[in-house]
Amino acid sequence: MFSAVASVLSGIGHRVIDSLWRFGASIRFFFYVLIYSGESFRRLHLTIREIYFTGVLSLIIILVSAFFVGMVLALQGYNTLQRYGSSEAIGVLVALSLVRELGPVVTALLFAGRAGTAITAEIGLMRATEQLSAMEMMAVSPVARVVAPRFWAGVFSMPLLAALFSMVGVLGGYLVAVPLIGVDAGAFWSQMQASVDFREDIVNGVIKSVVFGVACTMIALFEGFDAPPTAEGVSRATTRTVVNSSLAVLGLDFVMTSFMIVA
Amino acid sequence: MERTTIDLWVGVFVAAGAAALFGLALKVGNFNSATLGETYSVTGAFENVGSLKPRAPVKSAGVVVGRVDNIKFDPESYEALVTVKVDKRYPFPKDTFANIYTAGLLGEQYIGLEAGGDDKMLQDGDKFSKTQDAVVLEKMIGQFLYSKASESGDDKSNDIKEAE
Repeated sequence: MFSAVASVLSGIGHRVIDSLWRFGASIRFFFYVLIYSGESFRRLHLTIREIYFTGVLSLIIILVSAFFVGMVLALQGYNTLQRYGSSEAIGVLVALSLVRELGPVVTALLFAGRAGTAITAEIGLMRATEQLSAMEMMAVSPVARVVAPRFWAGVFSMPLLAALFSMVGVLGGYLVAVPLIGVDAGAFWSQMQASVDFREDIVNGVIKSVVFGVACTMIALFEGFDAPPTAEGVSRATTRTVVNSSLAVLGLDFVMTSFMIVA
Repeated sequence: MERTTIDLWVGVFVAAGAAALFGLALKVGNFNSATLGETYSVTGAFENVGSLKPRAPVKSAGVVVGRVDNIKFDPESYEALVTVKVDKRYPFPKDTFANIYTAGLLGEQYIGLEAGGDDKMLQDGDKFSKTQDAVVLEKMIGQFLYSKASESGDDKSNDIKEAE
């Protein structure tokens, strides 16, 4: 009886210590990346290459999702708003939900699934096939050569992707609201412009997407760097990337929104 | 993938992203109307500003001519002091009437300016001499009910008199 309780407790303790250790290691890894990121600006083509892989190749999924998200928002919003006789406010609804929340959050979730997993798998396999060790042998820091360019590429791509998401989503909402449903185009845009504030809404959305960019890219890089050098280890690391990034994005979103709304 | 192709695509991506940000700021947001250019500020005292907020539009004849800069409470007169910034291109006479209106039944509140007939124009730092408060819906309904009740009360007393 006593030994069973003790083993349960020690199991909990082991998990807590393990996750705390990983958390601390990831923070240290973050500072390593910051210290070694000089290389990624001196040899900018490394970073540009990674922007291509993380940003440009994510464009299609981001834009298509944005278009559909905007259209669905307009349909659903119209359905509710017309009950209160204010269907002209559809533009406000679509624009505010996209710029404040859905743009940054959905982009980050898609980014974690599309680019984060690729980063984790790539770096995990580099470790498994000892390419990183080979770099260290040649006195090339793998953090500076492999990790830092990917980090800055992710941080740079995310706000651009989120802005594109919001813009395309608004266009999708416009297409449903104005030509399809028949809301007045002038009311659609003018109510939107009257209610969407540059500083309060758009800049806050960009701030959110930068923070999500740091979080998602960092989680993907750390999981890849930390993955056990086996096929199973890499597959688990990839899963953890998606799960942890999604949770981090949603949690951070709540914290930041509560600060932005109150302030 | 060749390096020049990658550079090209990244260039396209960055340009599109920057364009989307600009588009959001100009087309979706109110960035262009936030910058009015040269302005002069005029203060007005209101007994009740309702739900007027800073950055609300200041309109005259339906055209936006300025924005509300800030709203303060004056502890001496127990009134709200609203400072508005009006575009320098639009001078208004000294006796301009400042009203708080509501756009639509439940829309946002804004300040409407009705020009008076004074020869002198409002200068930077002046005060509106005539203001009209925001309409508070509860007050209006309360007054309406009160007047209805007193009307029907009168009717009843008339009925009683007629019966007598």
